[in-house]
Amino acid sequence: MSAPAANCPNCGAPVTFRWSSAVQTTCEFCHSILVRTDMNLEKVGEVSDLPPDASPIQIGTEGIYQNKAFVVIGRIIYEYEQGYWNEWHLVYNDSTNGWLSDAQLEYDLSWQTQPPAHLPASDEIKWGTPFQSNSKSYLTTSLTKAHYKGVQGELPFQYWNKSDLLFADLRTPTGDFATIDYSEDPPLLFEGRAVEFDDLHFKNLRLFEGWS
Amino acid sequence: MASSIVTPPIVRPKSLNCPGCGAAVEIRGFAHTLNAVCPNCLSVLDATTPEFQILQRFQRKERIQPKIPLGTRAKLANIAYQVIGFQQREVQTGDDVFCWDEYLLFNPYYGFRYLTEYQGHWNVVRVLSALPLEVASGGKPAVEFQGRRYRHFDSLQARTNYILGEFPWQIRVGDSVDDRDFVSPPYMLSAESTAGEITWSLAEYTPGKQIWTAFQLPGSPPATSGVFANQPSPYEGKPGSAWRTWLWLTVALVAIALLFSVSSSNREVFQNTYLFTPGLKTDAAFVTPAFELTGRTSNVEIAVRTDLNNNWAYFNFALINEDTGQDFDFGREVSYYRDGDGSEGSPHDSVIVPRVPAGKYYLRVEPEMESRMLQSMSYQLTVRRDVPTHTFFWIAGILLLIPPIFISVRAAGFEAARWRESDYAPAPSSGGGGDDD
Repeated sequence: MSAPAANCPNCGAPVTFRWSSAVQTTCEFCHSILVRTDMNLEKVGEVSDLPPDASPIQIGTEGIYQNKAFVVIGRIIYEYEQGYWNEWHLVYNDSTNGWLSDAQLEYDLSWQTQPPAHLPASDEIKWGTPFQSNSKSYLTTSLTKAHYKGVQGELPFQYWNKSDLLFADLRTPTGDFATIDYSEDPPLLFEGRAVEFDDLHFKNLRLFEGWS
Repeated sequence: MASSIVTPPIVRPKSLNCPGCGAAVEIRGFAHTLNAVCPNCLSVLDATTPEFQILQRFQRKERIQPKIPLGTRAKLANIAYQVIGFQQREVQTGDDVFCWDEYLLFNPYYGFRYLTEYQGHWNVVRVLSALPLEVASGGKPAVEFQGRRYRHFDSLQARTNYILGEFPWQIRVGDSVDDRDFVSPPYMLSAESTAGEITWSLAEYTPGKQIWTAFQLPGSPPATSGVFANQPSPYEGKPGSAWRTWLWLTVALVAIALLFSVSSSNREVFQNTYLFTPGLKTDAAFVTPAFELTGRTSNVEIAVRTDLNNNWAYFNFALINEDTGQDFDFGREVSYYRDGDGSEGSPHDSVIVPRVPAGKYYLRVEPEMESRMLQSMSYQLTVRRDVPTHTFFWIAGILLLIPPIFISVRAAGFEAARWRESDYAPAPSSGGGGDDD
């Protein structure tokens, strides 16, 4: 699964990609944000210190969801008025990618999907707005303004924007989950499910003192 | 220099000192903790900054000791949790203030759970990531979730009046949320709304004993008082099964009664017709010829059919065993009156003498009538052996009704006590009113 190693244009450290479609990664040693161009890597910025974080997940954590193995290869930390949450970037063993959101240890799995013809506009969507996609009837359950607090590892797009973005979370009575990401125009749609910790059969998690 | 990108192998809890009083403040929720309360001076501190800035100071004359101390661990559904936060909340209804306790439980992998306690009633609570569907049930609000229908119980404003420990959200004494509760015992769904967003949580009623065992607490849990909103009824399903049992027993009883009717020999052992004219003789008593009563000890029916019309007669009977002299004495009044409006009484009557042993018997009969009427009466006496009777079965049938009625009344009483605490309580007939138990 690993692509051939390149070297960090900033410090020369080896940089490996675990997912061939990754567009961006971070250098583990000098914290440079590196974007993959045709031939080589280009430094586009530097990660500032990440906020203290108590997610049990880390880059390299493995898991299995519905008989499909995945490994965590990247992460975006979002900051909003009540703290932070993590969007972990997963690559599955069939080379598709997806996301695992961890907000105060409430977990949601999602995948980018083709939105139906009409997504509610950012100034239209409110708490309770219904939305129909892929035969699921969602209701909007939260609207969050957040910005990137940090990135880590491999991501499927080039991400380094500090301004506030709008996210709408939508849910169904049976645990289906969707996020509309208004950072792009047209907005992006991610759909998936709320999951329990045990549903994901994790390996290589972080350890917490007193909780072995 | 600590690397922020390479994650340290083990995450350690931190302990900091209160900038107000210098006391040590333990942080058990790692970086999840946003606010922590100094256990010494009751300052609410911002746990996300190194300065541990004071956000609020609240003072209370009386310190509250949580029934489950902070730091206590328990296994719930096989997952270990630690108590890291405590808040007491209150709701004001009229002049009354009701308080309950909420414990925040934490596991670094499985996340947060809550434990609530009100008057000895405990609930284990978790936040839902699925969305209950709001429906109206007969005009009353209800929600549906995972195949269960929850009835609206109450809507209230909950205010935080005391906090201890740490929280993964911003918290201050005086915070208040609007809460709506929906019940389907042993579950309760609660919708807490703040700033236009609703958080749903699912509570499961858990007996205090179970909590005490899970947390390995000394002594015994506080006694419960009253009926809690989602407390499972001890009569749950019992009226239905009691009535089903009643139905089967009644069917069996009817079957036995029919069997009895069929197996009764119901033999006529004597019949004769007599004429009686009052005032003719001073002593009207006579005896019948003897007749044989055979078979097992059983009943004997003596039936009188008269031609009385707007008149009455009284019969003194004695059924006498010719060999032993054992006698069964009884009397019967027969009266029959009728006019244009209808009739009263009957010209016929019968009496059943129970448990008469086999043997040779005769009847002693003494009819009486009002003598001045000078109207004679013709009557026929029939004696039957072993007739089917249903008295026992009627009594048994009534007795069988007692358990299902009793259970139904108790079950209804429990539900009435539950809903007395809801928004749907009948208006109190007297002011105030304490709970009787």
